[in-house]
Amino acid sequence: MKIRRTTHPDALVSILKQALSPDRVRNDAAERSLFSNDASIFKGGASGPVCFPVSTAEVQAITRIALDHGRAIVPRGAGTGLSGGAIPLGEPIVVSTMKMNKILEVDLVHRIAWVEPGVVNLDLTKTLMPLGFHFAPDPSSQQSCTIGGNVANNSGGPHCLAYGVTSQHVVALDVVLPNGELVHLGGLDAEPEGYDLRGAYVGGEGTLGIATRIAVRLTPNPQAVQTLLLAFNSVEDAANTVSAVIASGIVPAAMEVMDQLITQAVENYVNAGYPTDAAAVLLAEVDGLSSGVAINAERIAAIGREHGAVSVRVASNDEERARLWKGRKTAFGAVAQIAPAYYLHDTVVPRSQLAGVLRRVYEIGAEYHLTIVNVFHAGDGNLHPLILFDPRENGVLERVHAAASDIVEVSLSVGGVLSGEHGIGIEKRDHMELMFSFDDLDHQRRLRSAFDPLCRSNPGKVLPSPHSCADIQSLSRIPEGVWG
Amino acid sequence: MSDPTLAAFCDLVGSHDPVAVAGGKTRFGLGGSLREGTRLVSAPEGILRHLPEEMTVQVRAGTSVRDLHEALAEKGQRTALPERGGSVGGALAVGENDLHVLGRGRVRESLLQVRYVSADGRLVSGGGPTVKNVTGFDIPRLMVGSLGTLGLIAEVMVRTNPIPPRSIWLTARDVDPFAVRDSLVAASAVLFDGRGTYVQLEGQVGDVVAEQALLATLGRFEEVAGPPPLPLHRWSLTPAQLSDEVCMAGAGDFVASIGVGTVFASLPQPRATVSPALIALTERVKTAFDPTGRLSPGRDVLQGRP
Repeated sequence: MKIRRTTHPDALVSILKQALSPDRVRNDAAERSLFSNDASIFKGGASGPVCFPVSTAEVQAITRIALDHGRAIVPRGAGTGLSGGAIPLGEPIVVSTMKMNKILEVDLVHRIAWVEPGVVNLDLTKTLMPLGFHFAPDPSSQQSCTIGGNVANNSGGPHCLAYGVTSQHVVALDVVLPNGELVHLGGLDAEPEGYDLRGAYVGGEGTLGIATRIAVRLTPNPQAVQTLLLAFNSVEDAANTVSAVIASGIVPAAMEVMDQLITQAVENYVNAGYPTDAAAVLLAEVDGLSSGVAINAERIAAIGREHGAVSVRVASNDEERARLWKGRKTAFGAVAQIAPAYYLHDTVVPRSQLAGVLRRVYEIGAEYHLTIVNVFHAGDGNLHPLILFDPRENGVLERVHAAASDIVEVSLSVGGVLSGEHGIGIEKRDHMELMFSFDDLDHQRRLRSAFDPLCRSNPGKVLPSPHSCADIQSLSRIPEGVWG
Repeated sequence: MSDPTLAAFCDLVGSHDPVAVAGGKTRFGLGGSLREGTRLVSAPEGILRHLPEEMTVQVRAGTSVRDLHEALAEKGQRTALPERGGSVGGALAVGENDLHVLGRGRVRESLLQVRYVSADGRLVSGGGPTVKNVTGFDIPRLMVGSLGTLGLIAEVMVRTNPIPPRSIWLTARDVDPFAVRDSLVAASAVLFDGRGTYVQLEGQVGDVVAEQALLATLGRFEEVAGPPPLPLHRWSLTPAQLSDEVCMAGAGDFVASIGVGTVFASLPQPRATVSPALIALTERVKTAFDPTGRLSPGRDVLQGRP
């Protein structure tokens, strides 16, 4: 297929305006600049026209126009991603799902809801709560991130320990493929026939087309919940407690660890009631039926004490529980008090390796003269080291970059993986070869090319250069200046 | 590739002739008969590493699910794979859920990492060894239910779960199975055969007692040894279609899994047609992974294809 590449940008914009409406295609410099970034520290994106479709048909129209005029497309939710997945490279058409934000149907018989991709995660849960249900994935950005973005990144959150990440909560989707065709993946029936293309699509980071309708699973609100706060004299004790809890056969709803620096920052910021003299705190939550919840809460407290917990507090009511969680959920905001900027990392290690890897993370910080604080989903081994820095300091980003790479290497060396929930994007694209062989990556490319043979959807993401799309050579390297 | 067992399996599969894996052959006919002359190979066996504190087990695909579960039970764990005489690789390649899916989870979500032999005889790895992982494209999801048409599974890392302290089966006549399903939290299965409702409760002893008390308000439930015998054919409906006579017509004798949508029926399910766009995408996936069509030839994952 021959691809035209010569359409003048103004002509392209007017074609898009005809297909949508003039006010829903933006091409001014300010708007394009706004849509050239996401919530990561990566710079260097360059957006083309930004479109705000309101229907599946409009998304199909944009996709076909992009194909006809040799432009790539980059889907975008709220832009809260941390790996650069939504950063447009090479002036593609950016497709914002912002105006596709309706909850289309709540179906309590099937325990699903059909939603448009731009629905905000927390808005969905707020709608479901009075009906006795919620949407289980709860990333820290849930006040602003969208369901479409959650699907693209296969997002997690603290409560994914017991309930699983987004893939587990997506039943079916309508996807506009990069060739403009609409395809229905998955289904509400018990075992939809054919390949699990639903599962293959989730976590595709916008490279496999654009989901325009999503059926998400509704999770019943638990009958009983108990939240515990355990304080420790060392991060290792907290980490070992987590490992011992899982080994004992308990799967808590959540287990989150915060180290002393972040605990102090949070306490200053929102007064969550955290002990500021502890080296680490473990926030553990168990839910379900009341008998099991009571038994498991007691066992977690006992295991904590065996592993050196200096205090164990059980939230006595909903208000106290909400306050403890508020501390955890505002942790990233609280960091602003101790540093002007931070780089939020994301790797996973086997739970039994947590203590040793954390020790190495602090050593890596010391080696590069960088302060690293840790607040993370300990229950599933998902580390989130925050590398603090001052962007005004000359050459600091190179050190941040180097420290981040070292943390990746340490995580992989103990049998871990590159990312637990932020995705690969451009951030970890060139680390993929550390985890996968040439043949492994070749098969990932095959999957991508089955959905997007011409590499039109979010090119330059996820797969490193020999495996990324051959026709976009200019994107085969991370552009100059991406690291700040 | 350092593991000689996997290297030997790659050599066995080779890279030219039509080939398929035979496991326990419990669901061997799914997707249609293999083309005549297809060479059958066996996947390697053996449990490599069970890590109870990680809730994972690394196991070779030829291992029987029963042997795997026996070994895991020593540490109080199990997997979501159905135990019906087949192999681990077979259970994953077929992808059908266990009868107790509400309590044990879906098969597709239990596969964390997969090593398989590609159509050109190479060892390929997808996913990762940890319980949480979004590194790259989700190859494991693609392999579950692919009936050996994209790659031949050699070794896997599967999620394990704690075996609950108490597990019982109860049955009652003349109760509304849908009301039963809606009132329970700890049910691993709610089955209905047109007359009787069968419930499996699993969890902490106190929770099972509480749910049992709740059931007593809905009908006269009695403890039984296990589920009723299941008819041969397997239907996939939506949970709501189970109460729709039109949808259930033609099932013959049946046992329906309430809240799930699976129906075990004495007659086969009439096939719904599949959209051209889905057929085209399915074919592109198949061609991308197996350009010459040598893996399990004759099998079609889309049986509803017009």
